[in-house]
This record gives sequence, structure tokens and C-alpha cells, in this order.
Amino acid sequence: MSDDKTLAETLAQRGISRRSFLKFCASIASLMAMPPAMAVEMAEKLAAARRQSVVYLSFQECTGCLESLTRSHSPKLEDLIFDAISLDYQETLVACAGHFAEHILKEAIEKNDGKFILMVDGSIPLKDGGIYSTIAGRTNLDILEWVAPHAAAVIAVGSCAAFGGIPKANPNPTGAVAVSDIIKDKPIINVPGCPPIPVVITGVIAHYLTMGTIPDLDELGRPKVFFGDSIHDRCYRRPFYDQGKFAKSFDDEGARNGWCLFELGCKGPTTHNACATTKWNGGVSFPIESGHGCLGCSEPDFWDAGSFYTALSAPTKDVANWAAIGVAAGAAIGVAAGIANRSTKTETKRTRKPLTVDDLKGKPKS
Amino acid sequence: MNIFDILQWARGTGLQIAVVIFSVGVLIRLLEMWMLNRKPDLAEPRASGTLGGWRTVFTRSAPSMVLMKKAGLLLVSGYIFHLGFFIVLFFFAPHIRLFHNMFGVSWPALPNGIIEIITILSIGALFALLAHRIMNPVQRFLSTFQDYFVWLASLLPLLTGYLLLHTSDFSYSQMLTAHLLSVELLLVIFPFTKLMHAFTTFFSRWYTGAMAARKGVTV
Amino acid sequence: MSTSLQQGLAAMIDKIDAPIASFFNSCVHCGMCADACLFYTETGDPKYTPIHKLEPLRKVWYREFTLEGRLLKMFGLAKAPTDAELVEWETLIYDSCTLCGRCSMVCPVGNDIVYMVRKVREGMVASGHAPAGLKEATVRSIEIGSPMGVTADTLRAQIKHAAKDTGLDIPLDKAGVDYLLLMSSAEIMQFPEFMGAAAQIFHQAGVSWTLSSTAYEATNSGMQIGSSELAAVLVKRIVDAAEKLKVKTVISPECGHAYTALRWEGPNLVGRPFTFKVKHILEVLDELRAEGKLRTEGLETERMTFHDPCQLVRRGGVHDQPRNLLRMVAPDYVEMEDAGNMNWCCGGGGGVSANERAEPLRIKVFSRKKKQLDKIGVSAMVTACSNCRNMLEEGLEHNHMDIKVLSLTELIAEHLAK
Repeated sequence: MSDDKTLAETLAQRGISRRSFLKFCASIASLMAMPPAMAVEMAEKLAAARRQSVVYLSFQECTGCLESLTRSHSPKLEDLIFDAISLDYQETLVACAGHFAEHILKEAIEKNDGKFILMVDGSIPLKDGGIYSTIAGRTNLDILEWVAPHAAAVIAVGSCAAFGGIPKANPNPTGAVAVSDIIKDKPIINVPGCPPIPVVITGVIAHYLTMGTIPDLDELGRPKVFFGDSIHDRCYRRPFYDQGKFAKSFDDEGARNGWCLFELGCKGPTTHNACATTKWNGGVSFPIESGHGCLGCSEPDFWDAGSFYTALSAPTKDVANWAAIGVAAGAAIGVAAGIANRSTKTETKRTRKPLTVDDLKGKPKS
Repeated sequence: MNIFDILQWARGTGLQIAVVIFSVGVLIRLLEMWMLNRKPDLAEPRASGTLGGWRTVFTRSAPSMVLMKKAGLLLVSGYIFHLGFFIVLFFFAPHIRLFHNMFGVSWPALPNGIIEIITILSIGALFALLAHRIMNPVQRFLSTFQDYFVWLASLLPLLTGYLLLHTSDFSYSQMLTAHLLSVELLLVIFPFTKLMHAFTTFFSRWYTGAMAARKGVTV
Repeated sequence: MSTSLQQGLAAMIDKIDAPIASFFNSCVHCGMCADACLFYTETGDPKYTPIHKLEPLRKVWYREFTLEGRLLKMFGLAKAPTDAELVEWETLIYDSCTLCGRCSMVCPVGNDIVYMVRKVREGMVASGHAPAGLKEATVRSIEIGSPMGVTADTLRAQIKHAAKDTGLDIPLDKAGVDYLLLMSSAEIMQFPEFMGAAAQIFHQAGVSWTLSSTAYEATNSGMQIGSSELAAVLVKRIVDAAEKLKVKTVISPECGHAYTALRWEGPNLVGRPFTFKVKHILEVLDELRAEGKLRTEGLETERMTFHDPCQLVRRGGVHDQPRNLLRMVAPDYVEMEDAGNMNWCCGGGGGVSANERAEPLRIKVFSRKKKQLDKIGVSAMVTACSNCRNMLEEGLEHNHMDIKVLSLTELIAEHLAK
């Protein structure tokens, strides 16, 4: 599927003007906190770039990530960028099936050995030899260990690939792990989210195409430009948090007034993602704007981080009953200690000799 | 183990462990103390000891005017810290949410701006108290490792809590984790240090007030 | 048997109760008690901080009565106080504490610190670490009947003098009377006018009273040295005499600790409530005044003040009575700063006056009383404790201060309406 056209040529073919392409680049540049001049440079580099070969492997996943990336309501530039890369293998999107498809994968790897970007979607089950997810009789682990060494870089798309995601949620029946748990010698860019924001994926690819490098990553391997701020930092409801104005239920006065959803379990403060700035559905809205707290889906183990509706300041486990058990145990031990204290006193009183006036006359025994 | 795992531990298992140690420890400390008993006082009282005890429980909270001249800084800082810590603990909305979640009761919160000012004042008071402890010959003489350790353990929840409201330079998750862990440290050391005075001071005042009231003295 | 460290520690274990455990649990090392203690304020030495004086008792409490302490003790980590430590603490407990109780008034967590000093003395004396002067005084009290060695014969001689001076009958061992008046040895030996003054007042008021040949001594060295057993022996003498003579009320004379020993500790020492009442002489006088039985004439022209004895005011609850009485005869009466419940000690209470070793320190800390007096400029200071009187006179003389020290009872007697 790869051809030799540049991105500019491909876009022109599709009727996208240079002006709207520049606008796209400017928005990507600003998203990635680059100086405005970089937009032009980016546009030039991007336009001149050959279509980048991309291999997209789907493992233990729900296809939600791919849905997010491909299903937009109207054709948008990021979709086109996506089209403009050379998606050489994607199991769901590939036209052929069976051995042909597998052949294409093999061909893509060989043709762009060491140059293609590997996108992985879904976690990798390890339990029982990895049998819980296989493609063409090969386990996900087997496929990943075969393909990854040939890639230039790996993008782990979605929280499952990045952190293990929902398959890894307690009790993790398949022994699911993240890409980074297996692949140690390739640069891995985690783009978590359930699903991740499309423009964040395109932004990462744009960065790679223009800079030839992978962006700065945080300690969880996420591009800092998109994951540097928390939802809370960028949330339009933040002033209500600062004023201490909180919705107490989803249909109270506070909820209607659009107050902070912290007390309803919003995980915005501990969640790093770009939802509050890029928003979803073409910039229409994001969960908090539609009245629901952030679930924290771009953080590791978000499914096991207590109820979505428990405030961050509240415990995720039962504390009151443990406190009650502590009080009961403390009372029992305390009474025992009290009895021991009393017997110390009684025993001392019994054995102690009362002071007599003669004692005051003698020298003390040491 | 990343910061997210530690945060989850601090919000769940860590808190459970801390609360259990706290409740077991406090109960033991109170019972082993209370069960030591007192001998009944056979001297004919001038007034009710019980009432006098309760009176002193409250009146001893008022500042001693006699000492205001000698130890004004210590007294004022002490008041600011204790009141501040109490207000921040019980009237910050997320804290109320915590109590609501654990015990099912809630009450109105103070605006975050006010909480923030009180937090800064309390932190300032703590530093004033430390300065006094270091500079004042008596306090320096009396102080042991525990006094400085408890000071630090009291400061950390306030400091991390304050930084939590100002997340620009710190990640909220890191600070929330630090905040929770510092609170858990405070809970864990509570029964085994002078922090116990938060409970026993009321017993002490009652005993002292009752013994004095029987003699007709208001203390 | 004899005293030993073991006996001392056992005595402390015996005396530790719930209040003491609560006090040690509550202390936050704020150091405010130091500012309430004249031994600290006048010397500036932090070792005189009241709570620090209790370190041996705290160690015993922690080791014997806390769960952690018990566990640490099992591993040899919670140490009991050593004999050397008790030697070191002896001066802190006996020389630099007058049991005045000022520290207990200011402690923000509400610790009754002096209550603990009283208890720690139980251990100190049982371990043999009590000052020689106090030991001797206690031995004389038990064996002769008075810390100064006053005998019943001395008392009889003084009764003769007083009867001659006043022309009044001074009853001895008279049964069925209202009041049994006790004396302190200082009053018998140094301030003999007291006996006559009391006789005149009772005569005018028309109340029946007596002295006792077996229970004339009100002071209690056993309590000062810190031995409940010996203190009980001394209290028992008074209880026996009062019950034998079937008096309604026993009067504690102008002495601070005698009042505490008999009125507040007495029933607890002998283990049963008294069948008679115990009152301080000022309480009795104030009652007579209220009943109109105490009438005075003439007024003092001097500017006067009243020194509250610690054991009467903050440890005894006698606060208003001296003021009511003083107003009868001294219109130019002024209060010292901190008068009443926060008054400063004379420096010689709690057995310090019987402890020769403590004398230089006691004289030094009199500067506190001097500061109080310098502010008001009086020419006479009235008090109601013969020990305070002695200490104040010594201190004033040492500081070359020309202030008379008067007994309130004697002052009232001088003004009795003819």
C-alpha cells in the first residue's frame, strides 16, 4: 500500500488546501507547545515527508481505540493524516484476510525493516503460555516479540497497550501486561486513554515525521506535551474547586450550576490527559463538560482505583469497619493492659514494706 | 511500582493499616491509663469535683493571662496552630467528603480560599513554635528527638495539603500521595507519642479541675 | 529493714494512678510551667522546669504502666531510674520545689504537676534520698511530737505565759468543747503571742475551745518528706485526740501545709472520713465575723498587703476569708500583683525551710517576692502561716527591706473591741 507520494501531494489530491493544512499544523504546534514559527517549519517538513510506514497490531483489546481514531463524524485533517501515512498492516482494516493478511504483515516488516512505526493496541496475555489471545495460531506475545525488533519505535495506543488496561484489571484472569513489560530495547511512546484522543495520536506521529525523534516523555512514557497537565489543571470548572463549590449529586443545584465534580468522584486531579483542552468529537465537549466526572482512564490501573463515584479524598477501601475492629481490638488489649497494670500495683503494694521512722535514721542501702 | 500504585495503596490499604494502628493504640493508651484508677477522696469536699472537672476542661482552653506576658509568642502560635489544624481538618470540603464516606455524616465546608489562608497561618505558627523550641532555653532543654519528630509529622500534612491546592509545580497525584502518607504517618505515631495529648489533655484537665474544685479552688 | 532503690521504685509504682498517667501522656514539653516556677524565673536555669523534676517518676510510669514500656522493658530498653539519678534529682525534688502548685495553674494541657511532685517524694524518701534536715524533723515529729522538739511540757509553760499575759483561762484537754486548736511549733516557740490572740478572740466570741496535750502539733513533716505512712501517724494523733475530746471542729493554726495535711490529705491518710470538721483559723474567724461575734475597733494607718500562703489559697481554697478580715482593720490594704490563686511562694514551703542545704537557693529566689513588694510600696505584710512569716522575715532582712510581717490572727486580736 505504500507509495512514493509526499504528504502534500496526497492532500492536494484529496482537495485539502495549503491554508487549511497550515492551520492544522499551527494547531498541532500549539498543542505541543512549540513556538508559532515552528508551525511553518512543521508544515514544510510534513508536506515533504514520504508516507511513513506504520504497522498496527491489535492484541487483547476492544477496538475502541481504533474506533476513536477512525470514526469521526466528518472527515477531518487528522483522519487524512492517518490516511496519509502508509498503514501497511491493520488486522481490522486490512482488505484481505487469512494467509494473505499475514503475508502482508511479513512483507511490511521486511520492506521497512528498522524504519516502520509499530502501533500496538491492546494488552498482551501471558498466563498459560499466552493462549488467551492468538492470531493465526500465534500468541500475541509471539507476534510482538517477532515484529517489535524490526520497528523504529513503538506507540502503545490506548490504556491496554500502555498499562495493561481493563484486561489487566483485578483479578487479571489472562495475566495481561503492557507492551513496555515485554519490549525493553525500543523507544515506546505510551498514548493511554480509553480510548485515547485521536489528535494526540496524530500529534505524536506528526512530531516523529517532522523532528525525526520521539517527543519528551513523562515517567509513565507519555508525551509530556499532551500528558503534562492534569485534567484538573485545565478544567473550566476549576474556579469552583478553588471556591469550594461542589456538586453533591448529579441532579442538585450545584450540578445544574456546573460546579466542580470532585465530590462526585471526578479523577481530574490525578489524571493527565489533554481532554480539557482538545476535547472530543471535534472539540465539542469532554466528559466533565457533559456533567460527569473524569474516570481517570489514561492512568495506570484506573479500573481498580476505587469507585468512579468515590471522591479522591475518600478511601478506596472500607475504613470505617476496620476502625471499628481496631477500636474493639484496642479495647480488648487495653483492658488486658489495664488489668496487668492493676496487678503490678497490687503486687507492689503487697510486697512493699511501709516506711518507718527507723528507716529515716539509717543510711540507704544501694 | 509507580506513583499511581502508591496512591492507590495510600488511599486503601495504607489508610486501613494506619487507622487500625491508630484506633488500637489510642484505645490501649486510654484504657491502661484510665484503669489505673484513683483512690476515692475521703476529705469532705467544698464543692462538686465532677462539675469543677468539667469546668476546667473548658476554662483551661482560655489563654493564661499570667503567661501572656512571659510567653506570648508561644501562646499565640500555639493557638493558631491548634485552631488552624482543627479547622483545616474538619472544614475543608474534600476532608468532609472523607468523613462522609467513612461515617456517613457531613457538614458545611469553608471556601478553599479561607482554608488556604488558615493553612498558611498554621504552617507559619508551626515554624514559630519550632523557633521557640530551639531558641527558648527551657524548651530546648526539655526537647527530645520525639518533640522534633512530632513537629515534622504535624507539619507534613499541612505542607503537602497546601501544595495540593497549588499543583502548578507538582503533580497532583504525587502530592496527594505524599499528603495521604504524611497523614498516615501522623496516625501511626499518634498513640505512641505526645500527640496523645489531643485526647488525654481532657482527662488531665478534668482530674486537676476536680481535685481543685473539691478544695473550693477554681483552676 | 532500710531504705533502698527498690523500695523507692516500689513506692512510686504504688502511688502512680490514673491522673499521673494522664499527666505524663499529656505533656507536650511546652515549658510554660517553668515561667510559673520561682526557682526557674529567679535563676534562669532550665533544670528547675517543674515537669523536668518528675523525670524519674515518668520513667517508672513508662516502664511499668504502658504497653510499649513493658515491651521495651522485656528487651532491656526501658530503663528504671538509677540510684545515681535519684541522688541527682533529690535536690530538684526537695530543694527547688516548695509544693506551691503555681505550675499546676498554668499548664495548658491541665497537668497537676505539683500533685506528682508530692507523689515522687514517696519514692525519694523510700529510696533514702531525702534531705537530712527533713529526715531529722520527721524523726523528731514522730518520736518527740514536734519537728522542733516541742514537748507537752513546753506547751504547758507557754500556756502559763499566755494565761498570765491575757488574764484568760487557756483550757487544755477540755472535752466536749466546740473547737480543738492546734498549734505549729513555730507558734509555740517563736510566735507565742498567737496563743493569747486566739484566746482573746474566742473569749470575745464566747465559743468553747481547748488545746490538747497529745495533739498540739499541727505541722506534718511526714507529708513534707513525702511518706504517707509517717504522715498518717501524725494525723492519727490529732484524730485520736479530737475524737477523745469529742470536739466539733479542729482548727488548723496559721500554717499552710498543716491545713493541707489535715484537711485534704488527713482522711485519705488514715483511710476514713473524719467525725469532726477541720477548719483553718481564718475560716473560723471569718465565720465568727459573719455571725457578728467578731467585733473590732480602731484602724491600722499603715499601708498593708496580704501574702497568700500557697497551701491555703491555691491548694486549700481559703481565699476570701483573709480579705474579709483584713478589711475590718486595715483600710489601706492593697493587693500584690498575682495575689490570690497566682501568688508567689515565700520560697520555704514544702519542707524547704527545714532543709538547710536549700537555704542559699531559697534566699536567692526571694527576689521574686521582693519584686512583688517593690511594686506596691507597703510597710507591712500580713500573712496567715508561721512558716511563711519566718521565710518572709529572713528574706526581707537579707534584702534590707523595712517591711513588718504580721500574723492576721494577731492583728485582729489587737483590734478586738473592748
